[in-house]
Amino acid sequence: MGAGVVGSAIARALAHHPNLRIALLEAQDDIGQGSSKANTAILHTGFDATPGTLEARLVREGAHLLAEYATATGIPVEPVGALLVAWNEDQLAALPRLAEKAERNDCPGTSLIGPEGLYAREPHLGPGALGALHVPGESIICPWTTNLAYATQAVRNGVDLHLNTQVRTVGRHHDHHVLDTSRGPLRTRWLVNAAGLHADTLDRALGHDDFTVTPRRGQLLVFDKFARDLVHHILLPVPTALGKGVLVAPTVYGNVLLGPTAEDLDDKRATLSTAEGLRALRDQGRRILPALLDEEVTAVYAGLRAATEHEDYRITAHPEQAYVTVGGIRSTGLTASLAIAAYVTDLLADSGLDPGPAADLDPVRMPNLGEAFPRPYQRPELIAADPEYGTVVCHCERVTRGEIRDALTATIPPAGLDGLRRRTRARAGRCQGFHCGAAVRKLFEEVPR
Amino acid sequence: MSRVRQVDVLIVGAGPAGLAAAARLATARVPRVEVMDRESQAGGVPRHCAHGGYGTWRHPLTGPEYARLLVGAAERAGAVVRTHVTALDWAGPLALHTVGPGGPETIEARAVVLATGARERPRSARLVPGTRPAGVYTTGELQQAVHLYGQRVGARAVVVGAENVSYAAAATVRAAGAAVVAMVTDLPRPQTTIARAADARLGQGIPLLTDTTVTELLGHGRLSGVRVRHHDGRTAVLPCDTVVFTGDFVPEHELARRGGLTLDTGTRGPVVDGSLHTSRPGVFAVGSVLHAVESAATAAREGAHAAGAVLEALAGAEPPDGVPLLVEPPLRWIAPNRVTPADRGLPYVLRTTVPLNRSLLHVVQDGRTLHRQVLLRALPNRTLTLAARWTHRVDPKGGPVAVQITSR
Ligand SMILES: Cc1cc2nc3c(=O)[nH]c(=O)nc-3n(C[C@H](O)[C@H](O)[C@H](O)COP(=O)(O)OP(=O)(O)OC[C@H]3O[C@@H](n4cnc5c(N)ncnc54)[C@H](O)[C@@H]3O)c2cc1C
Ligand SMILES: Cc1cc2nc3c(=O)[nH]c(=O)nc-3n(C[C@H](O)[C@H](O)[C@H](O)COP(=O)(O)OP(=O)(O)OC[C@H]3O[C@@H](n4cnc5c(N)ncnc54)[C@H](O)[C@@H]3O)c2cc1C
Repeated sequence: MGAGVVGSAIARALAHHPNLRIALLEAQDDIGQGSSKANTAILHTGFDATPGTLEARLVREGAHLLAEYATATGIPVEPVGALLVAWNEDQLAALPRLAEKAERNDCPGTSLIGPEGLYAREPHLGPGALGALHVPGESIICPWTTNLAYATQAVRNGVDLHLNTQVRTVGRHHDHHVLDTSRGPLRTRWLVNAAGLHADTLDRALGHDDFTVTPRRGQLLVFDKFARDLVHHILLPVPTALGKGVLVAPTVYGNVLLGPTAEDLDDKRATLSTAEGLRALRDQGRRILPALLDEEVTAVYAGLRAATEHEDYRITAHPEQAYVTVGGIRSTGLTASLAIAAYVTDLLADSGLDPGPAADLDPVRMPNLGEAFPRPYQRPELIAADPEYGTVVCHCERVTRGEIRDALTATIPPAGLDGLRRRTRARAGRCQGFHCGAAVRKLFEEVPR
Repeated sequence: MSRVRQVDVLIVGAGPAGLAAAARLATARVPRVEVMDRESQAGGVPRHCAHGGYGTWRHPLTGPEYARLLVGAAERAGAVVRTHVTALDWAGPLALHTVGPGGPETIEARAVVLATGARERPRSARLVPGTRPAGVYTTGELQQAVHLYGQRVGARAVVVGAENVSYAAAATVRAAGAAVVAMVTDLPRPQTTIARAADARLGQGIPLLTDTTVTELLGHGRLSGVRVRHHDGRTAVLPCDTVVFTGDFVPEHELARRGGLTLDTGTRGPVVDGSLHTSRPGVFAVGSVLHAVESAATAAREGAHAAGAVLEALAGAEPPDGVPLLVEPPLRWIAPNRVTPADRGLPYVLRTTVPLNRSLLHVVQDGRTLHRQVLLRALPNRTLTLAARWTHRVDPKGGPVAVQITSR
């Protein structure tokens, strides 16, 4: 249940076992429309996790697994490294402890750098920074391609993806779960709950009262590609009791992100941005990277983290029910996704699921959306073979008609223009459709469905 | 490796500005004049201004008719107009990397004219908070959707802005069979002709909310309304399924910026003198990329005007020296924004941030008044013109020239 990055990763992991019949259920009309579409897109090392937690372990393992997977499938990743910037004496004093913590989290290679070294690396940083901890292993990644790669590979290897299929209630009939879904009943032997913000609701429906999800909103600003040269690393604040704080980071698409805020809410649909949130972000951004604020804003968005009252993931097997809860995958689920999937697969096996023999999956190769790698319009051989890859439709992001066509006819085609944007970046650029919006919509509407 | 090809003049952008430059240069017998445009059709913005007020007083034309006229004129004069070709980046001081269905190409020229136009700031760049529903447009996207592709828009639209282009957007909404719920501007009055404002408000019954700001977009999936706030603090929700953010233009200055051309902080377009030289010898800029956004006639006039300086450059002339031309508040920007004593004829366009009544424009250099011009009335988002007959008084070795406002 749930085709976010976590549910899709689990479906993909289970797809290694040809004897299993697997369904991936998603309430919405496309994959990855929950927390997984609106995060800060960082492939964390887990250097600052609480040592000994499940999250610390899965983030660390997941980071390696995903980095490898990204190379194999063409998910754009850039290992830019992070700088934890200290703006006052207290923060400066905290850096050595963070370096030790990183060591304990198996994140080697961190180093303390003084103000000169810091400004040499980041000349546009605002005045007054006292030093930084350099964490070389932190990377930026494309979250949408990651989710899509998992789901695509799962589907190509036999998983049935059921979109628009909301699980309403869960009942037990002999040794089967009977799911009442918005598209009719579905029977299954084993059940995995990866419903993100709604994992607690489904968990309660199965009789467990382990945790409550409190959506924690993060609002973000995406700045124009012209801002990309202003920043070379992920610029992190020194963490405080209040959370990880606001960062400035490059994106693999060549923009710069500023965010996220951290606001505890009770509405799981409250993915709206607010005037106060945007003002606060701009105030903080001005301090970190003053020149950033002179650039145009390309996009504003907000995502909800599945925070709970616990300081760790809530991944629990209930063997007697043939059921596994994957809850509380807070602010690191993108990074940890492959490790979570492996962990859940093991839990299922330990709980008595006989997965049968394992086989390799047919590899997938994803379209590249990253600016650090050649995009189709930059590949003469591709254009020579098919001129559609030289026909630019979305000018700001240089998306070609060939890419749009491919996305529309892919294994998991987009359900709408936003899905098309996440797959191609069409309409995601600085003009937001002024030039290409109507043309892109036409291509979308033309596809026979 | 991409192919390399030589032309005499390479013009980026086949809108009114680029096409007018091309026609003039080809008429002057420059052998290889090439205009490229990334769209599938040449003509620029007028392509989708179906009911636009283009052409002349005596020969009014729709935008598409005007676009065809300009393309025809450029081609008949001997210029090559290529579509579906995007200029990506510079390959040298006077060379560009391009791509199109035929593959990559590097085009070297003896002179380059940037005529890349402008766009409207979308909702995100204006930092309007709220959800991210469908049904949010700029005028450009709306016009293309309706006039080029015959797409449906929603049933009830709010138009943000009350300048000329906003009224064009309202007309497009109605042409698509939808209703305009209201027009909203945070300024105290509309910035168009009295007749146009009155026709929309009284003739078509479109309410105009002045001194009012859009503070939030509402709705999941599809837009369900916009929240507005009046300057006095009152708020309201206007139920609608479509919102059009109009005006607030920015130049498409990507190539100018990538090329390291000096940009004007006011217009955000490249700095040019009265002959439309940019800061790089051999590179010129014309039209909306200089001052987003003036009438197509202004853009075309600049294109034709620049052709003169391009011809001189091809003949080996050095660009003349000049000094910066600045505006002081409440003026917002001016273009051209550099001045040389040799500048002749091209009027300056400028903008104000507040309404002005019965004022005087002073042009001053180092405390010396070069020119005075009476200004009866000026509104934000409307063209203000300054004649250029004082430029020969400029001291090319002096300080910057400033344009100031005093009330009479
Ligand atoms: C602002 C922000 C910044 C973040 N930054 C990072 C980062 O930099 N790096 C990182 O690794 N992680 C980051 N994260 C965390 C990461 O995004 C999440 O941990 C991850 O996306 C969680 O994935 P998921 O699959 O568990 O949840 P989701 O993506 O929310 O997926 C759950 C899915 O279940 C579906 N569903 C729910 N209920 C039902 C039902 N009843 N029936 C059927 N389907 C249902 C939903 O529609 C949804 O698609 C960030 C998160 C946020 C919000
Ligand atoms: C919505 C709207 C309504 C308007 N209504 C009117 C009206 O009614 N009457 C009137 O007189 N004026 C009107 N105007 C103003 C007028 O259309 C513009 O001033 C005029 O089109 C400007 O001409 P231009 O050549 O500078 O730019 P544009 O017409 O914008 O043309 C620029 C061209 O450059 C191309 N281009 C940009 N970058 C590249 C690149 N890298 N490679 C290749 N090609 C590129 C673009 O595709 C485009 O075709 C309107 C403008 C808008 C936006």
